[in-house]
Order: sequence, then C-alpha cells, then structure tokens
Amino acid sequence: MSTAEAHHDDHDHHGPAPGFKRWLYTTNHKDIGTMYLLFSLIMFFVGGAMALVIRAELWTPGLQIVDPMFFNSMTTMHAIVMIFGVVMPAFVGLANWMIPMMLGAPDMALPRLNNWSFWIMPFAFTVMLSTLFMDSGGPAGGWTMYPPLTLQMGDSFAFVVFAIHFLGISSVMGSINIVATIFNMRAPGMTMMKMPLFVWTWLITAYLLIATIPVFAGAVTMLLTDRYFGTSFFSAAGGGDPVMYQHIFWFFGHPEVYILILPAFGIISSIIPTFARKPLFGYDSMVYATASIAFLSFIVWAHHMFTTGMPLAAELFFMFSTMMISVPTGVKVFNWVATMWRGSMTFETPMLFAVGFVVMFTIGGLSGLMLAITPADIQYHDTYFVVAHFHYVLVPGAIFSLMAATYYWMPKWTGNMYDEKLGKIHFWVSTIFVNLLFFPMHFVGLAGMPRRIPDYSLQFADWNAIASIGAFGFGFAQLIFVWVIIKCYRGGEKATDQVWEGADGLEWTVASPAPYHTFETAPEIK
Amino acid sequence: MRRSLLRAVMAVVACSLVLPSLALAGYGDTIDMTTGVTEISRSVHSLHRTIFYICCIIGAGVFAVMFYSIFAHRKSRGAKPATFHESTTVEIIWTIVPFAILIGMAWPAAKVLIKMEDFSGSEMTVKITGYQWRWHYDYLDEDIQFYSQLDAAHNAARQRDSGVELEQFEHYLKEVDNALVLPVGKKIRFLHTAADVIHAWWVPALAVKKDAIPGFINENWAKIDEPGIYRGKCAELCGRDHGFMPVVVRALPQDEYDAWVADKKAEATTAKLDAQREWSHKELVATGEGVYQRNCVGCHQAEGQGIPGMFPAIAGSDVANGSLEKHLETVLHGVGDSPMQAYSTRLNDSELAAVITFQRNAFGNTTGDTIQPSDVRSYRNGQMQSLATDTGYFSNFNVTGAN
Amino acid sequence: MSAATSGYYIPHEAKWPIVGSIGLFLFFYGFGMFLNDQTGGGTVTLIGAAIVVVMIFGWFGLVIKESEAGTYNSQVDTSFRMSMMWFIFSEVMFFAAFFGALFYARTFSGPWLGGDGAGGAAATNAVLWSGHDYVWPSDGPAQLGGDYQAMGWFGLPLINTLLLLTSGVTCTIAHHAIKDGNHKKMVRWLAATVALGTIFVGLQALEYYEAYAHLNLKLTSGIYGSTFFMLTGFHGFHVTMGAIMLAVVMFRGMKKHFSAENHFAFEAAAWYWHFVDVVWLGLFIFVYLL
Ligand code: HEA
Ligand code: HEA
Ligand code: HEC
Ligand code: CUA
Ligand SMILES: [Cu+2]
Repeated sequence: MSTAEAHHDDHDHHGPAPGFKRWLYTTNHKDIGTMYLLFSLIMFFVGGAMALVIRAELWTPGLQIVDPMFFNSMTTMHAIVMIFGVVMPAFVGLANWMIPMMLGAPDMALPRLNNWSFWIMPFAFTVMLSTLFMDSGGPAGGWTMYPPLTLQMGDSFAFVVFAIHFLGISSVMGSINIVATIFNMRAPGMTMMKMPLFVWTWLITAYLLIATIPVFAGAVTMLLTDRYFGTSFFSAAGGGDPVMYQHIFWFFGHPEVYILILPAFGIISSIIPTFARKPLFGYDSMVYATASIAFLSFIVWAHHMFTTGMPLAAELFFMFSTMMISVPTGVKVFNWVATMWRGSMTFETPMLFAVGFVVMFTIGGLSGLMLAITPADIQYHDTYFVVAHFHYVLVPGAIFSLMAATYYWMPKWTGNMYDEKLGKIHFWVSTIFVNLLFFPMHFVGLAGMPRRIPDYSLQFADWNAIASIGAFGFGFAQLIFVWVIIKCYRGGEKATDQVWEGADGLEWTVASPAPYHTFETAPEIK
Repeated sequence: MRRSLLRAVMAVVACSLVLPSLALAGYGDTIDMTTGVTEISRSVHSLHRTIFYICCIIGAGVFAVMFYSIFAHRKSRGAKPATFHESTTVEIIWTIVPFAILIGMAWPAAKVLIKMEDFSGSEMTVKITGYQWRWHYDYLDEDIQFYSQLDAAHNAARQRDSGVELEQFEHYLKEVDNALVLPVGKKIRFLHTAADVIHAWWVPALAVKKDAIPGFINENWAKIDEPGIYRGKCAELCGRDHGFMPVVVRALPQDEYDAWVADKKAEATTAKLDAQREWSHKELVATGEGVYQRNCVGCHQAEGQGIPGMFPAIAGSDVANGSLEKHLETVLHGVGDSPMQAYSTRLNDSELAAVITFQRNAFGNTTGDTIQPSDVRSYRNGQMQSLATDTGYFSNFNVTGAN
Repeated sequence: MSAATSGYYIPHEAKWPIVGSIGLFLFFYGFGMFLNDQTGGGTVTLIGAAIVVVMIFGWFGLVIKESEAGTYNSQVDTSFRMSMMWFIFSEVMFFAAFFGALFYARTFSGPWLGGDGAGGAAATNAVLWSGHDYVWPSDGPAQLGGDYQAMGWFGLPLINTLLLLTSGVTCTIAHHAIKDGNHKKMVRWLAATVALGTIFVGLQALEYYEAYAHLNLKLTSGIYGSTFFMLTGFHGFHVTMGAIMLAVVMFRGMKKHFSAENHFAFEAAAWYWHFVDVVWLGLFIFVYLL
C-alpha cells in the first residue's frame, strides 16, 4: 500500500471526508456498502412492521384492525419493500464491501456511479412510500401488479410506476458496476476459477439484473400508458391481453427470485468451508450449477400462470423446465453437505445461520418443486401454500443468509467481535419463531385458504393464530440483531486479521477493521 | 460409523413418513388438500400425496446425512478435517439420481394434466362471469342465469368491528345467496370470464381453478360423483372485497336437478309477469329494502349514511332527492370510473324500480316518488342509444351475453 | 483481462450523483403530479429535468477534463467500455419487452380473440366478440379509436431505413478516420451522421403527423396503435439521444480531444448508434413490413 503511483500521491492514505459529506459524496466502496446495509436494515423494519399489520389482522377471523383496501396495500407494499428495499440492497451492500476485497481490487470499477446507485435508493423509496399517504392510498394490487386491477388504482399509480423506474436505474447501474469490477479489477493471478463463490454468484446475479430489470421497466411503462395515455396493451377490447402483462412480468419476476437467492448461495458457500475447516466441495460444479440455475430461470416463468389458460403444450413445457431447476440446486445442497462431511466443525453464529439456511431453504425448495407439478399447482396456486413456499426460501433463506453474512464479516467491518452469546440467542429464537410463523401456512394453504385476504373462514383460525404468534416473536427477535450490531460497532473483543480459524481468502489477509483503502497495490495471488 | 449413519437415515426417513401421515389422518380438513368428489380431484390428490412423500424422503435423507455429520464431525469431538474437495463420481451420481426422481414425478403429473385438459364430450355448459365482487352464472343450454354473492348475514358480520359472533356461522365467508346448482354424473363444461378485473373460480373439491380474464374465455370441466355442497373462493386478487367472494356449488342428483331447473324457470316467468304489473308504493319500498340490503349496503351503509370520502350518503343525497332521470342513470349505468357500477344488467326491472323507490323514500328522503318497473323499462328503451355507445377500458365487451 | 491495479484512478469525492438523484426525484415526482393533473406538476418536472441536464453536463464535463488530463489508464478505459456494452444490452432488453408485446399480441391474443386456438378461443369469439375476425393490423374487437389506416412501409419508413443505414456507414468512416488520426475527416463524417440522424427524427415527426392528421392512426388505436407508437416512439427518443451523443463527440473532435488510440467516447457513441440502427431494422421488419 505504500508504492502508490505519483499522480495520486496527494490523495493517498487519505481517509474519509469529515461530516455528512463523507456519506453524501463518498466513492469508497466500504462506505457505500455500509450505507446500503444500513438502508436495508431500516427498510427491514419498515417492511416487517407492515407484515406485522398483516399478521395482526389475520390473528383471528373477522376484520378488526384495518380496512380491506389498506390490508391489500400492506401486502403489496410489504413485498415491494422486502424485495426491492431489503434483500436486493443488502446483497448489493455486501457486494460493495466484499467483492473488491475478495478480488484484491482497490475499489469498485466506477466509484462515482457506485455512489449514485446507492443515493437513488432513498429517493426512490421516498416516492414509493409516499403513496401510502396519498388520498388514493398505496398500491393495493399485489406486488405483481396485474392489470386490470392495478389500473383501477387512484393517483398514486403513476408514482409507483416511476418509483420502479427509479429503482431500476439504480439496480442496472449497480449491476453494471459489479460486472465491470469482476471482469476488470481482479488482482493479477486471480483467475475466474479462483474467485470466491460469492463473487461468482454475484456476477451471475448481475447479469440476471441487467437482463430482466429493463423488461420490468417496460412492463410497468405499458401499464402507465394504458392507464394514462389510452393504449390497449392489456385490454382485450383493443386487441391486447391482461395475461400478456403476466408473461412480461414473470419473465422478469422469476429470474428476480433467483436474484434474491444466488448471492445467498455464495454467502453460504463461503461460510460452511470456514467453519468445517475444509475446502468447499465441488467448487467447479458450484459455478456451473449457478450458471445453470440462471439459464433455466429464463425459461420457467409461466409456472406462475398455470391457471391462466395456457395451451397444454406450454403447461407441460413450463412444468418440466421448472422441475429441472431442482437438479442444479440439489447439486448445491449436496455440495454443502459434502463440505461438512468429515470436516472439523464448530458452530459460531454465522455457521448456525448457514446450517439453518441449508435446512429451511431446502424445505422451501421442495415445496417449490411441488408447486412446479402443474395439476397440483392448480390446487396450490394463490393459496397460503405458495406463501409458505416463498417465505421459506426468502426469510430463513435469503434473510438468514444476510444475517449469516453480517455475523461472518462484521468483525472485519468493525474490528470487534460481536457478542457470541447474543448471536446464538438471536439464531435460536429466530429459528423457532420463523417456523411457527411459516410452517402452519402450508397447512392452511392446502386446506384451502387463499392468499391476499384480510379475513378467513373459522376452520383456519388456529393455525393463523400460531402464525401470528410466530410473526411477532420473529419480529421482536430482530431487535436482538440490531442490539448485537450496535454493541459490536461500539466495541468488544478485538478481532484478529483472520478472524475465523478456518477462514480463507484475501479479505482475511487485511487488518480488522479493514483499512479505508485496501489493495491500492495489487496483492500477490498464490 | 457407516452402519450408524445408515440407521440414522432410516430412522429419520421413517419418521418423516409416519408423522405427516398421522397428522394428515387426524386433521384432514385443516391441514391437507381435500380428496374431492371428481375423478380429477382424486388424481390430483394422490399426485399431491406422492410428490409430498417423495419430497419428505429427499429432505429426510439430506438432513439425516447433514445432522449425522454435524453430530459426528464436530471439532469438540476431536474431528480432524479431511482435505478432499472433489469427486466427479459422486457429482455425477447426485446429478443423475435427482433427474431420475424428477422423471418419476413428471410422468404421472403429465398424465393427470392431459386428462384435465381433455374438454371433449361435455354434456352441459355453464358460463361463469366474475364481477367485483360476485359471480354471474349463465346456464347456456337452459336460459337460466343469476348472480351469486356473499350471504347478507355473513356480509354484515364481516364488516369491521361488526361485533357479530362469528362462531354462529358454520361456514363463515363461504355462504352465498344463490348457489350454483349442478347435476351429478354429467360432464359439465365451465366457461370463465370476467367483467372488470381478473378473478379465479375455485372449488377445491372439484379440483377446478381457472382465471376469469376480462375479454377472454377460459375453459375447464368437472364431473361430480357425489351430491353435496362444495365450497370455494375467488382465488385471484380482485380488489377490496376479494376475500369476500365465495363460490358455493350444490350438486344434486339428476332428478332433483331437473326439478330445480323447472322451478327456476317458473320463477323467471313470475318475474317477467311481475315486471309487467303495477306495484303498490309499499310493496316497492319493502322489496327495495331487501334489494338495498343485498346490493348496496356494503358501500352506502345500513343507514344510507355512506362512508365519507369514499361512498356518498344516500340520505339527503342530491341524486336520491333530485331528478328521477339522474337517479336512474346513476343506478343503471353506474358512475364513470368510480366503484359505483352499472346495475342495469345485474338487477331486473322490478328490483331496480324497487330499490330506487326505496332510496327516494328512506333514510329521511321524502320525495314520495313511486317508480314502476315499466318506468325503468321505458327509461331503458329511451337509453338504448347511450348503452350501445358506452365505451371504456373495462366495459367494452358484451359480458353478460343475454339481456 | 486483469491488469495491474495500481494506478487505477479512484476519484475521492463525487458531488454530481446526489445532484442527479435530486433531479430525477423531482422529475419523477413532478411527472406523477402532472399525470394526475395536480397543479405544479409540469413545473416540478421541468425543474427536475433541468437539474438532470446540469448534472449530465457537470459530470461528463468532469470526466472529459480528467480524461484530457491523462488521469485514466487503459484499465479505466476498459471499465468504461464494459459498462457501455452492458448498458446497451440493458437497453436491448427494454426494447425486448415491447417487441415481446408485439409478438404476443400478434401470435396469441389476436388470434384467440378471433377464435383461433385451443381451450376457450372458440367460445371467446362466439360469446364475447361475435363477428370479430382477427387480422393484423388490429385495433381489437371493439375497434377502439375508430377506422384508421395502418402505416405502410413504403415512403417515409423506407427512406428512414435508408437514412439510418447510411448513417451507420458514415459513422464507421468517421471511426476509421479517427483511427488514422485524421480529425478533420472524422468531424466531417460525424457531421454527416448527425445530420442524417436529425433528418430521421424530423421525418419520424412528419410520419406521426401524417398518422394523426390523415390516417386516424393514434396511440389509442387499439393494440396496433399502441405497439406502433410505443416502439417507434422509444426508438425515436433513442435516436435523439444518440444524435446528441454523436454531436458532443463531434464538438470534442473539433477540439482535438481524441487520438488514434484513445477515443472511447467516440466508440461509446458509435456503439450506441449502431444499436439504435439495429433496433430500427427490427422495427422496420416487424412493425412495418410484416
Ligand atoms: C428466493 C426466492 C425463491 C426461490 C429460490 C424459489 C425457488 C423455486 N420456486 Fe418459487 N416462488 C418465489 C420465490 C422463490 N422460489 C416467490 C416469491 C413466489 C411467489 C410469487 C408471487 O406469486 O407473489 C414463488 C412461486 C413459485 C411458483 C408459483 C406458485 C403459484 O403461484 O402457483 C412455483 C411453481 O412452480 C415455484 C417453484 C419454485 C421452484 C421449483 C424452485 C426451485 O428453485 C427450488 C429448488 C430447490 C430444491 C428442490 C431443494 C433442494 C434440492 C435438493 C435437496 C435436491 C434433490 C431434489 C430433487 C431431485 C427433487 N415458485
Ligand atoms: C424478502 C421478502 C420477504 C420477507 C423478508 C418477508 C417477511 C415476512 N412476511 Fe412476507 N411477503 C413477501 C416477501 C417477504 N416477506 C412477498 C413477495 C409477499 C407476496 C405479496 C403479494 O401477495 O403481493 C408476501 C406476503 C406476505 C403475507 C401474505 C399476505 C397475503 O397474501 O394476504 C404474509 C402473511 O402473513 C406475510 C408475512 C410476513 C412476515 C410475518 C414476515 C416476517 O419475516 C417479517 C419479520 C418482521 C419484522 C422484521 C418486524 C420487525 C418489527 C418490529 C420488531 C416492530 C418494531 C417496529 C419498528 C421499529 C418500526 N408476507
Ligand atoms: C362498490 C361500492 C358501491 C355499491 C355496491 C353501490 N354503490 Fe352507489 N355509489 C358508489 C360510489 C363510489 C358513488 C359515488 C360516485 C361518484 O359520484 O363518483 C355512488 C353513488 C350512488 C348514488 C348517487 C349518490 C350521490 O348523491 O351522488 C346513488 C343514488 C347510488 N350510488 C345508488 C346505489 C344503489 C341503488 C346501489 C345498489 C343497487 C349502489 N349504489 C351500490 C359506490 C357503490
Ligand atoms: Cu374475485 Cu378475487
Ligand atoms: Cu418462479
């Protein structure tokens, strides 16, 4: 780090700018990563609070707390916040923090653009969330925004569409930056097949984003013109088709769900080898599996549309292609288990969350496989069985991976060890309650409870009450998480450079906390 | 070590099969899919069970190996890490074996699907149109048609903070005013469409769920084996009252069904006659109150007070106290892009006359007007022109066919 | 592709992004207000747009200055290239959504409404839209917007195709010129390219005028009008952007900003131009010809 080039000598060893300018103007990947992570933590509570409104209303049959319209806008906004405001930015935050360090790069390829990608988020969500306070209420047509229902929305509709465009700009720019960083900023000797899996999964995720976000932008643009400019993309009267929207949406929407899980696979693939003290089993096949999942994700979209009246041949095609995704995903699960096999395992908090991830993601994946079976899906579709499926892959899946990542890398970020005991409590409380929360949803779903309803028949009362208890338990358990983070930031046992006995990779060779600038001179890769 | 692993795996697999089965046996109607009453629904159910068990076995197998490893290969037990990190052989095995399992699942699934999509040989057709938030049933071969919506008592009970004891309803939110009546043993073809937004007509016991898409017709079918009452729900988010859009099917033996058809036709004849005759003011108000309770109360509220900012009051309303023309126009054709829909096809002339008379003479409105079915009819005739040119995103197709 | 990382320019403070965010925020919020007829919407939109324009000038001005000062090494150049490439790819996917809508309407929903297809197509036609025959171009069974005439391919569209194809050639000649270090020639051919692009946009506007004034072909003319105007409209917008980029490059060329080896800005604009060109070919074939 001392052999800097002449022309930026004056900037060298230059720390962060003082005050708020540091955050507003920063081009430092670590600062930007931190902002992304904090933003998504805050949004997690916003989206979670909405979920708690939902669960409070569903605690017992009958309408007690909210108007049905508000309920619908809570489910819609909950999903939008959780997906676009929590999981995606959190993964981008981790990418910002870790990818340059993992590759031995001085920073992201386009630091100014990086700043912009982040600083769009708060503005875009201001637009999005402001709709909740408009006379016509927030979006209430589900996060999938199917027309014609969505077009019945009041004035706030235009703002929702623009907020999506706005967020899309951020995602695409962020992804382009990541692609450029991975291809162009690797230290000499860091070949593609030496990159940590987190980098690989992000590379592929970035492609999914670049390819699908613009399609989503196109879809909502057509909604906008149908609503305000008299086009008839989605109106039969004019020769269009409401189902056409669904095809375009899910062409984005299905890859989107893998956008929400591939980086998680990368995180888990980093953590398990560390705590098993054994190299990752089947690195190459992990890379190929990720690529296959991404490829397949483009040809399965209509499995969300089995009841829309597609021709038999299309239904068969989408059933088979969807089922195929289980194979590469299975390879990943098997590789993780094989990595643990005959390792020398310890179970610090990151490992606990990683093991929890593997188990509960697999449960969610298996229910996904059941959903792929068309004749059965016709019964499952739009019931709580689907809700159970996707929360298993998203909450003890994506969210758990984020928590695992936080515990795993927090000592590197802050220089302090987190409180291990609190971390373990956080894990166990979360795991117990998250299952209380989502497991019963399988039952009520199979028994016939539709999703997106504010009130339900009495036969579902018991399981819903349990789910609501689970929701509040899980929600409040997250306050422990916040407390652990604050505590760790404030101080604690000093972390070593390597932090974890079994940790391997460039990020563990620099000091803890990682200095403001790392790898201004490229490291040697063995 | 190998042996104990094997035993652990077997034990977990056994549990994973036994436990769900026990659970399923005891709690049938709150935790699992119904077997249903059609051949298709039984096939779907057994397919569901098959794939469920396969998934349980896979899950149990994976978890057993993992937990064994967690137990046996932990540092605190002195495990030393191995160094292997690759084996092409096992990689190939665990790619091929899952693939084979998938084929095993896809085969029966495809068979059921092909059976479901075989529309041939249907013996009668019912056209089902979704409205916000009611269903319209049209027996295409019988000239019978009617609307079906959440039962009024349930509707009152489900209002926020209604204070009504819900336990009194055996089928809370799954009761309608007019059930769809169908014969058993006949292959019935359903045509699904919608008038406003997408709905989905779903009856679990028939394994029938199909999206009702405005401007398009989707098909599916059922052949019911047993007489009985089968309940379902709208399964596609369709706005505010999506949760309150139940489906009830009453399956009758053929002879009872025929009797029902005859009754229904007689009823229609009476209604026709009713529409011809002169009604008394009292009769109109009384009938109108019923119509109001069934159709309008959800928005304009029991005392006609409306919900300020959302639904205008009828009490003291300019329309209900002003020109009759305007009142007819509002109720028959609805109001532009507002939730106030056109009732011209949903209510018959007698009902329209009654509800309008009622609104003009209730909630403190005292116009004293009496509107006869014949008034509605002549209004309609005068208005045919405007009906025909009524255009807009949602209303551009001829949704109810007849009328 | 990885090179030594030392010497990679990392700017230390970036003021423009936050300006851009505020600009876009006002633009979007204002536009939302405008669409809902709220007072002040138009003004807010314009203020937002103005801020965005200022941001673009400021930001690119800064980058140009740095580039002229020799701040960027070849690795930075590679980052720029990759970003431009993938940005263009994202634009391709944006157009793909609209092309997808066109194909879907023509091959699925149109025929279905006309009674062709498995499942409920026959019933759809018989029960809901009796008498409707599907033929493309279609304004749907309700014939929204009234009688109209489709836009033929002969005439303006054909001329526009030739214009754009020629502009692709002139652009390439300009590129060869700068590779030979010949600034004058480059500027001349770029000027030709920009001129062709501008004429294209002008003719496109004329075509729209024709459509509205004489053919009764409008955005509201059912699915044909929707796809026609949205596809050609977004394309026209992209041509405008591309022409502006090329014009900027041309002015920079006059100031001798480029060298035979170092002219990324030129290439970026040229790539963009070719992308716009290719999209037009797709449009010409699928919107006009077939
Ligand atoms: C992170 C997000 C995520 C992930 C990873 C997945 C993964 C999968 N999903 Fe899911 N899904 C969603 C998020 C996700 N899904 C969401 C949000 C919705 C609802 C959207 C909405 O309507 O609002 C949804 C809905 C949804 C549907 C539509 C349901 C409906 O509306 O009717 C279907 C149908 O096929 C489906 C299938 C699958 C499949 C097959 C997988 C597969 O990828 C799973 C693969 C994994 C495994 C199978 C487990 C591990 C494998 C092994 C242990 C190997 C051995 C196994 C075998 C050989 C069988 N999903
Ligand atoms: C990543 C995505 C994600 C995540 C993390 C979650 C997390 C949760 N989700 Fe959600 N959900 C979706 C994605 C997600 N969900 C999607 C896509 C839908 C479909 C929407 C649609 O139909 O369109 C959905 C729908 C959905 C429904 C169905 C609604 C319906 O169909 O009617 C329900 C019902 O229970 C639900 C519940 C929950 C709960 C309880 C959590 C919990 O995990 C949340 C945990 C809670 C907290 C974290 C709260 C913390 C707050 C406090 C402790 C209080 C303090 C408060 C403050 C400080 C402000 N979600
Ligand atoms: C889904 C909600 C809803 C239902 C059900 C409903 N209305 Fe309305 N109604 C409205 C709304 C909203 C308006 C206001 C329309 C406007 O002016 O924008 C309205 C307006 C009216 C008015 C005019 C009131 C005024 O002073 O402007 C009358 C009269 C009326 N409705 C009668 C009826 C009758 C009769 C029924 C039942 C047969 C009925 N409505 C059912 C929502 C509803
Ligand atoms: Cu109708 Cu939901
Ligand atoms: Cu999917």
